[in-house]
Formats: sequence, C-alpha cells, structure tokens
Amino acid sequence: MTEHLPALQTVLPLMAAPICVLLRQATLVRIFSVAVAWTCLAIALTLLEMVSTDGPISYALGGWVAPLGIEYRVDLLNAYVLVLVSAIASVVMAFPLEGSELRIPRERHFLFYALLLLCISGLLGITITGDLFNIFVFLEISSLAAYALIGLGTDRRALTAGFSYLVMGTVGGTFILIGTGLVYQMTGTLNIVDLADRLPAVSGTRTVWMSFAFLVVGTSIKLAAFPLHQWLPNAYTYAPSIVTAFLSATATKVAYYVLIRVVFTIFGAAFVFERVGLSNLLLPLSLIAMAVGSLAAIYQTDIKRLLAYSSIAQIGYMTLGLSLANVDGLTGGLVHLFNHGLIKGGLFLVVACALLRVGSPTIEALSGLGRRMPLTMAAFVVGGLSLIGVPGTVGFVSKWFLVLGALDKGLYFVAFIILASSLLAVVYIWRVVEVMYFQSPSHAPVREEAPLSMLIPTWVLIGSTIYFGLDTDLTAGVANRAAQYLLGGGL
Amino acid sequence: MALALCLPLLAAVGILATGRWPNLREGVTILTSLVVFGVVLNLLPGVMSGARPGFTALQVMPGLALAFEIEPLGMLYALVASGLWIPTALYSIGYCRAHGEENQTRFFACFALAIFAALGIAFSRNLFTLFLFYEILTLSTYPLVTHYGNDEARRAGRTYLGILLTTSILFLLLAIIWTWHVSGTLEFSPGGILAGRVEGPLVAVLLALYAFGTGKAALMPFHRWLPAAMVAPTPVSALLHAVAIVKAGVFTILKVIVYVFGIDFLTETGASIWLMYAASFTLLAASVIALTKDNLKARLAYSTISQLAYIVLGAALATATGVFGSGMHIAMHAVGKITLFFCAGAIFVATHKKNVSEMDGLGRTMPFTLTAFFVASMSIIGLPPTGGSWSKWYLALGAAEGHHAIFVGVFMISSLLSIGYLMPLVGRAFFFAPTPSHDAESMSGAGEAPASGFWSSIKEAPVLCVAPLCVTATGCILLFFYAPKVLDLLQTMSLGR
Repeated sequence: MTEHLPALQTVLPLMAAPICVLLRQATLVRIFSVAVAWTCLAIALTLLEMVSTDGPISYALGGWVAPLGIEYRVDLLNAYVLVLVSAIASVVMAFPLEGSELRIPRERHFLFYALLLLCISGLLGITITGDLFNIFVFLEISSLAAYALIGLGTDRRALTAGFSYLVMGTVGGTFILIGTGLVYQMTGTLNIVDLADRLPAVSGTRTVWMSFAFLVVGTSIKLAAFPLHQWLPNAYTYAPSIVTAFLSATATKVAYYVLIRVVFTIFGAAFVFERVGLSNLLLPLSLIAMAVGSLAAIYQTDIKRLLAYSSIAQIGYMTLGLSLANVDGLTGGLVHLFNHGLIKGGLFLVVACALLRVGSPTIEALSGLGRRMPLTMAAFVVGGLSLIGVPGTVGFVSKWFLVLGALDKGLYFVAFIILASSLLAVVYIWRVVEVMYFQSPSHAPVREEAPLSMLIPTWVLIGSTIYFGLDTDLTAGVANRAAQYLLGGGL
Repeated sequence: MALALCLPLLAAVGILATGRWPNLREGVTILTSLVVFGVVLNLLPGVMSGARPGFTALQVMPGLALAFEIEPLGMLYALVASGLWIPTALYSIGYCRAHGEENQTRFFACFALAIFAALGIAFSRNLFTLFLFYEILTLSTYPLVTHYGNDEARRAGRTYLGILLTTSILFLLLAIIWTWHVSGTLEFSPGGILAGRVEGPLVAVLLALYAFGTGKAALMPFHRWLPAAMVAPTPVSALLHAVAIVKAGVFTILKVIVYVFGIDFLTETGASIWLMYAASFTLLAASVIALTKDNLKARLAYSTISQLAYIVLGAALATATGVFGSGMHIAMHAVGKITLFFCAGAIFVATHKKNVSEMDGLGRTMPFTLTAFFVASMSIIGLPPTGGSWSKWYLALGAAEGHHAIFVGVFMISSLLSIGYLMPLVGRAFFFAPTPSHDAESMSGAGEAPASGFWSSIKEAPVLCVAPLCVTATGCILLFFYAPKVLDLLQTMSLGR
C-alpha cells in the first residue's frame, strides 16, 4: 500500500473533484473535500517521514520505468513542499464558505470545492513529479483552476484580475513549455534526474542557455518575482479571501520550488551560478522586491492589497535565499517558503473573518475592530509580528538563516537590508494595528466575534507560526538537510 | 526558578479571566507579586554560595536554545524587578482607582506580562533567549504606553515602538547573528566568547551595534522614546521606565560586555573607549536637558537617561569595580527613581499638577510625598545616607582604577547637575508660599478625585498611593546599609576567563 502513496497524493484530489460535482449537496461536498484534503496531508506526512529516514523514493507511474514513463520522485525537498501544500489545503477546506465573498449561491458551492481540489491536485502534482513536461501539465491544471477560483470573487474586477492572471500565467506556462522543448531537443529526455546527468555535456550550447532563460523567466512569472509580479496584487485583492489565503500560501511557493528544482537539480549550481551568474541578476532584484514591495504595502488603503504587496516583498526574501547559493541562504529561502505560507494563509483567513463583519476590505473599515473582534484581531497582530520577524515567531527563523547566509558571503549590506526591510513590515503592519485598536468605530463597539468554525482554522495557522518559531525541527531541520542535499553535500 | 518565570505569565491569564471582578483581579496581581518575590528571594542564598541553577526549556535550532540560568547580575535584576513589582502593584491600584482609569484589566495583564519578560531577560542563559524576552518586553509594554488611546498616546506609541524595534532589529539582531557567525555560540560565558574571533576595529563596530542596538538603554541619539513614553499612566512610568524596561537595556549591555566580550578582551583592544565618551556625552547632555524641563515627569525622564548612561559608562570602563558599580547602580537607581515617579504620580492624583513651577508650597499639604521625594533625590544625586552614594562611589572608583580620571570628573559634574534639577522642587515645595490661584485649583482637583483614603487637614493622595512611595523611600535609606550585601552578591560573578 505505502509504495503507491506518491501516486495517491495527486490522484486522490484529482478523482475527488468530479465526485464533488456528482455529490452536489453543499454539506456533503464539504465534508467529503475536507476528508480528501486531510487524507492528502496524512499521505504527505507519511512520505516526509519515509523520505527522511530511507532517502528518496522513486515511483514509476503505471509501471513504466523512468526514462520512458513518468517518474514520481519524492525527496526531502518536495516532501517538505507537499506537507505545506496539503496542510494549507486541509485548513482552508475546513474554513466555512458562509459569508465569504463568493459570487455563486450555496447550492453551487460544489463547484468551488471541485475547483479547489483540482488546484490542489495540480500543485501537488507539480511538486511530486520527476518529469519536466509533467510539471507543465500539472501547472496548467492548477493554473486553470486558479483563474476560475479568482474569478469567483463578488467584486466585478475579480473577472479582469482573473483574466490578466490568465494572460500572464499562460505566457509563463508557455515559456516553461518552450524551455522544456529546448532541453528535450538537446538531451532527448524529460526526466529530471536524467536531465541532470546529460545536461553538463551540452551546457556550453546556446540552446541550453536559452532553455534555462525560458524556464527561469517562466517560473518567475508564476512566482511573481519582481519585476514579473504585475498580476499578483489584483488577483489577490479581488479573489475571495479564502481563495487568496490558499493561493498566496501555496501557488507561489510551488513556483519557488520549481525554480529551485530547475536551478539546483536540473542545471546544477555550478552552471547556474558560475557560468550564467544568476546571482548578479537575482540578488539585486530580490533586494528591490523586498524594498519596493514593502514600500508599496505601506501606501495601500485596502488590507488585501497591502498583504499582496507584502507577499511580493516576502517572495523577494525567498529568491534572495536562492541567489545567495550557500547552505544557510538556501535554508533561509526554503524555511521562508514554509513560514510565509503559514503566515500569509493565516493573515488572509483573518481578513476573511473580518470581512464577515465589516463588508469592505479597506483599512478604514477595520477601525475599532480590535474591540469588536478581539480574538480575530489578536490573530492579525500575531501574524503581523511573524511577518516582521519578532523572535519566537517563524519569521525570525527565516530571517536568521538569510542573514547568516549573507554574512557567510561577506555581504554585510545585504544583511543590513534584510533587517531594514523587516522594519518596513513594522510600518505597514502597525498602520493597520493602530486603526484597529485606536480609531473609534462609526457605531458603538459591540462584541461580534467571528464564529468558532472560522476562528479555529485561522488560529491553527496563526498558532503554527508561533509553534514553528520555537520548534524548528520540521521546518529549519528539513530545509537545512534539503539545502545541503541540493548544494551537493549529500543527504 | 521556572516557577518564578511562569507565575507572572499565569497571573496575566488570571487577570484576564477575573477581569469582571476588580477586587479579585487585583488580588491576583498582589498575590502573584508577593509569591514571585518570595520565590526569587529564595534563590538568592544558592546564587550567593556560587550555585548557577538553570534549565533548558526548548531547543529551537541546533545550538540555539531557549535556556535559563541565574548568575549574580541576573539575580540582582530579577530581585529589583520582582521586588519593586509589589509596591508598584499596590500603587497602581490606588492610582487607577483614584483616577477612574479605563481598561484596567488590560493594564494589569500587560503589567504582569512585562514582569514575565523582565524575569526572562534576567534569567536568560544566552543572547537568543535574552533577545526573545527583550522583544516581548517591548511589545507587552506598548499597550501600557498607549493606554489612554488618544492621539498623543498614539504618537508616543509610534516613537516608542519605532525606536525600540528599529534599534533592536537593525543593530542588536545583526550583532547577535554576527556573533553567532563568528563564534558559533550565543551562550553567556565568563570571560566572553568573542576574544580571538573578532579583530581590530571590528570589535568596536560590533560593540557599537550592541550598545546602540539596545535601544532600551536610551543611549543618545536613541533616547527619544523614553520622554515620549511618559504619556503613559504614572505607575507605568514608575515601574517600566525606572525599573523593568530601562534596566533591561543597561542589563543587556552589562551582560554583553561581561559575558560576550569579556572585560579583559575590551581592555586589551581598547574597543570600548569610544563608548565611554558616548556614554559621558549622554550623561551630561541629558542632565542639562533635564534642567530645562518644567514638566516633572519629563524632567525625571531625562534624569533617567542620564543615570542609565552612568551604568553604560561603568560597564564600558571594563574594570571589575566599574562593573560592580554599574550592577549596584541598577538597584540603587531603580529604587530611587521609582520613588520619584511615585511622588510625581501622587502629586498629580492629589492636585492635578504636572509642572515643577506650580508646585510651590506643596510640602505643606503633602508632607509625606515630598519627604519621600527628598530622600529619593538624595539617592539619585548620590548623597549619604542613601544607597545611591555607594554605587556612585564604586563607579568613580572603577574609572580611577581604569586610569580614566576624566570620567571621575564627569561623574562629579553630573552629580552637581542632578542637584540642580532635583532639589529646586524640594525647595519650592517646602519653603515657597503657595500661590493663591494654585490653592483653588488644588481644591477642585481634590474634589474630582474620588476619595478612597483618608482626608485630614493634609491633602495627600490616597493611602494606596502614599504608602508604597514611603516604603521605597525607606528602601533608599536601607540600601545604604545593605550595600555590602549587594556587593557580596556581585562579587561572586566570574569576570575572568
């Protein structure tokens, strides 16, 4: 049974999606989807456990062995990403849809769950597969589901936001496809392990360089790395908060994972950093992303847009970790992948709770909410502190490794900028906190806390940002081993 | 020891839970403060005899743990913080009730949290733990500083959080990660961990990151938060800006100098000489500014900045006597300054006066308060028979021992300046005749404050306000006689390698 777990990981949600459409009845569908998501989480955790004790698992899909058939390959790195994606999925699935800004009526909620399951399946597929073309296929599955999910927002602008994401996303997907085609042309294989073997022999050719460029730019669009982030603010702002919570915590993270795969596994650190010199480009861009994203966040009047710009800055932290190309830096990037997923997922769920009571996502509308919804807003404060990187929260762990990575390279100014940009986070978070706690609301403050069914998922994510800030075995421990493995230190 | 640490945290929860019944809630505060002090006091004999109890709570990352250990400096700080929590708890109850403050539950809960953080800092075994509690202290006191929730409080809150977080994240955290990077450990160890691992001018740079990164020590130019935070209710100013927060700052610097750099290492490299001058500048400049302030709390705030610089200077001297003097001054200044703040608050409760120039003749109506003010002022200035005289003695001795005669002069000049900013109030209160308009004001002020204590011919603040300040003023005098005990405790500290 356990040998088929890698396949089940993606097939289960993929099969579950049409079943949702057949079931139709809202409550039934919800219970079913939650069960599926939790099973996925259990599978992911089991895989992580197996990988971390016995080393990488290779699974031949349909019994066709690797170079010909599609290989599912689970190692420490993607098992770790699988855990994040399925964990976020489990929490978001459990979050009730009542009162959320969905344009479809309750009797058609099954469509939402079907889309979400497809999206999960796609993201898990991208992560688990060991085949470059297969990555593209799953990318399209997850992206198409995501465009539709974003378009579900009640605000009409959600449609245009979804559409522009579609355009950008398709460009990104096409770039990835082109890159895949070019490497296939040069090596005659699509299997990632095989590619890693055969590429060094032809790495001097212009075709390989081009394919690398296409792959990196394509994934960077999906990742919303500065300056390819244009689609992100609108998509995050107008999508229903629950969708934003899911996408912000998983979609960009999986894209980051693909980037890491492309850079470290397929092309190899030696090629990427010594011959191409990716750091020369990526490092400054990451720093700009951190600064510009945070500065833009400070001037937003809409809480969701604020968090969206903050995401762009946080993605800058992740790509910075990659561009440092040493164990500490990469650990920082990978830890931040996980940590930022928890933080942003949690914060957007907070927004979903708040929208239940205030109706409009402007920061002004949140005034006095500290009194009205003390528990929800406390969650916002804790999440915000994690974003800032106060010790005892996950943000601190990420920053710790990133700064260490920068110091290791002797890049003192980078270390300084990392810390300085977290101060910008203080500014934009505290702007909201002040409004919530100091501005008196338009009407008398009555305590109207969000229902427990919403508070519990929210606090699960927010609480985990504290838990993983103090117990970093799962996050930093695994990320550190994965980083060493990626940089050739063995498992 | 874990008990001492957990109790204030539990108390915060208890206070939130019993918020609906004020008497029960205050009962929780007082009971916890007494028990915590008892527990801390109970640890004292062990530490004096050389024991270093400790435990590891959590292994956060390999080599990086949430770990605690008591050594003499931390013991002293813990004693001061937990000991002064008791009078402050009583005082805040009197103050808040007489004033009809809102949100008292949040107030007392945050107070307990702040004590928790202060004890965490005192007992921390490594820089990581210290930094964690340092930030908890900043954040848990933010709601106290902005207690009134008006625009002024909000602005002060911004300055407060802005400076403390900026310095701690930008400089202190960088310094800590740097230390980890070069030495692979963050444990406080006798003789320091940096010797031989950092060289040349970088030692001074690293020290600068620590000294300025510890914004709570209010070294100029990062002192602005302290006067700004004076908008908080007086008990907050008293405990936090005379004891818990500011002392957390200088305590951190002292710990870093003794256990991270090591005083021998600093003496050899001369890396701390610039810090002596920087501290002297703060010391003198803050004293001069204090002279110009008419608002009593602002004056006391600048006096605090100046006195903190004493402690930083003592540490920067990097001599054993200087370190002992600094350690003693943590205790002496805490007791003295808390009394002064209590007095300022009591005067405000009874008469609604904030400015020194309005306090003529106040000694006739509030004799207890003003006498306590006089005694505490003596301690701050450093006159016998008060505790402050000993710490200044050792600080000056430390300067002489390190062959830095100029700083002996600095100490003396600043003492003179502190006479200049503290004594006029005492003089005005006792020897000047009250102005007529002021009498009318005081009548109306007294009328507004709901009477909960006794009102006789003298118009003192409620008894819950006056009693604690008399106790702490007595403490100033007692410390003169108990100073050798404090020194005994500090001398068990291992300074060498």
